[in-house]
Amino acid sequence: MATAQSRTAARLMLSPAVVLLFMWMIVPLGMTLYFSFQRYNLLNPNRGFVGFDNYRYFIENPAFWVALANTLILVLGVLVITVIGGILLALLLDQPFWGQGIVRVMVIAPFFVMPTVSALVWKNMFMNPVNGMFAHIAQGLGLEPFDFLSHAPLASVILIVAWQWLPFATLILLTALQSLDSEQQEAAEMDGAPWISRFFYLTVPHLTRAITVVILIQTIFLLSVFAEILVTTNGGPGTASTTLTYLVYAQSLLSFDVGGGSAGGIIAVILANIVAIFLMRMIGKNLDA
Amino acid sequence: MARKSTTTQKAVVTVAAWGIGFLIFFPILWTILMSFHSEGDAIKSPFAMLASPWSFDSYAEVQERSNYARHFWNSVVISVGSTLIALVIAIPAAWSMAFVPGRRTKDLLMWMLSTKMMPAVGVLVPMYLIFRDLGLLDNLAGVTVVLTLINLPIVVWMLYTYFKEIPSEILEAARMDGASLKSEILYVLTPMAVPGIASTMLLNVILAWNEAFWTLQLTTSKAAPLTQFIASYSSPEGLFYAKLSAASTMAIAPILILGWFSQKQLVRGLTFGAVK
Repeated sequence: MATAQSRTAARLMLSPAVVLLFMWMIVPLGMTLYFSFQRYNLLNPNRGFVGFDNYRYFIENPAFWVALANTLILVLGVLVITVIGGILLALLLDQPFWGQGIVRVMVIAPFFVMPTVSALVWKNMFMNPVNGMFAHIAQGLGLEPFDFLSHAPLASVILIVAWQWLPFATLILLTALQSLDSEQQEAAEMDGAPWISRFFYLTVPHLTRAITVVILIQTIFLLSVFAEILVTTNGGPGTASTTLTYLVYAQSLLSFDVGGGSAGGIIAVILANIVAIFLMRMIGKNLDA
Repeated sequence: MARKSTTTQKAVVTVAAWGIGFLIFFPILWTILMSFHSEGDAIKSPFAMLASPWSFDSYAEVQERSNYARHFWNSVVISVGSTLIALVIAIPAAWSMAFVPGRRTKDLLMWMLSTKMMPAVGVLVPMYLIFRDLGLLDNLAGVTVVLTLINLPIVVWMLYTYFKEIPSEILEAARMDGASLKSEILYVLTPMAVPGIASTMLLNVILAWNEAFWTLQLTTSKAAPLTQFIASYSSPEGLFYAKLSAASTMAIAPILILGWFSQKQLVRGLTFGAVK
């Protein structure tokens, strides 16, 4: 079917994208790898090869383990809230009701809000202990206002990020639900299968694939949550809300430690790749190229 | 789902869905409402604020103090520019993979996707140093190029899944009728591909508009898009709630409207075709 001429043309058309992506992947990553073995501080003219020292210092820094734990808590916390909330919400929105279009639009909206806006809106208008909405509500109930970002910084960041990603999970699960075979459902209903077993034997297996996709894609994005932390807590108080991404940023651009930051970057790449391998397998299986 | 449901059931679901929908939407709604009140009223209790007189002062003040229009323009240039460049590179690539697939096409697609999985911090340091040495920090062209590269895999993938759905029989028929490669692309393929290209473009503009890692790292003021502009409110002076609300409303309104039109494409684009 394809002639030799069209094959050559196809290769030519493919090459710019391939070459660009290859360079984008190899050049900076290669430099990061190179820097990670160098003693290289922007404030210190002494440079040189130090072997694995940067990695050792980065890992021996207690902040690294805190950041790693915070990253895991953030990712898992957001995943639990968005996946469970997303399933419940998708099931609800899949029922017939008045004004479906409008409710859908309201539910999806937070996903389109840029991270710096949602973080600042939550920080000031809602979580501020003096003028925020939550403080007003607490006062109205005769309670002491709670300073969310100082006393529960990580939980607050999780709440903000979950609010942004709940629409994504809901939308994907709702799309998957709508492709559920309704005849199968009706047949089960006629055979007298109760709601609960229809849910666990028909709906859940059907949703498994969509849930896996939601978890994997969100994990990729959640591992690099940055703006939400930068504008709300700056990783603090102390390191209470520092994630791996934020720690690498702080190390390289706030402490000017290029070597150490690079080592941290490589560690982040390795961790993300472990997740990515699962995602690639999953998508590759469904690809009929 | 074509299942029978009583009116009572429908009413209960309606109330629940509207309640939850309202709750999720509330932070955005509240921001919009607050932007139409004065600074003094914005920090009053919620009901007192709603009862206070409406005002458009904060919009004028935001523009005057921080030149909102320029940041808005920067966002437009960066998001539309990076999307257009990505399309120019991706359309031929996706076309050739969809219609002239080789043994390696699948591996190539997976590899492209894998570049998207690389966390940005992994290349933050070299990118920052390269940009500094080339004088590209706080430069519109520099950020645009980075966002092009970041979103290129998604653009290729989305286009590929759309092109895949165009039946190749039509192309063969055109070839039999003696159409050259050029006219095949121009007159047969392009008209059929326009909807797919349009939705790819829409989703990519949204993603680029909201991108908040590279735009925050690589710009400071001159080339700063709205993400950076809003971030400058994280350590403000004096009363600023109404101004922050006005700035936020203006920053999210265009993309909120675009986004609502692209719900379906969003699912497909962000799951790389795994959920349609």
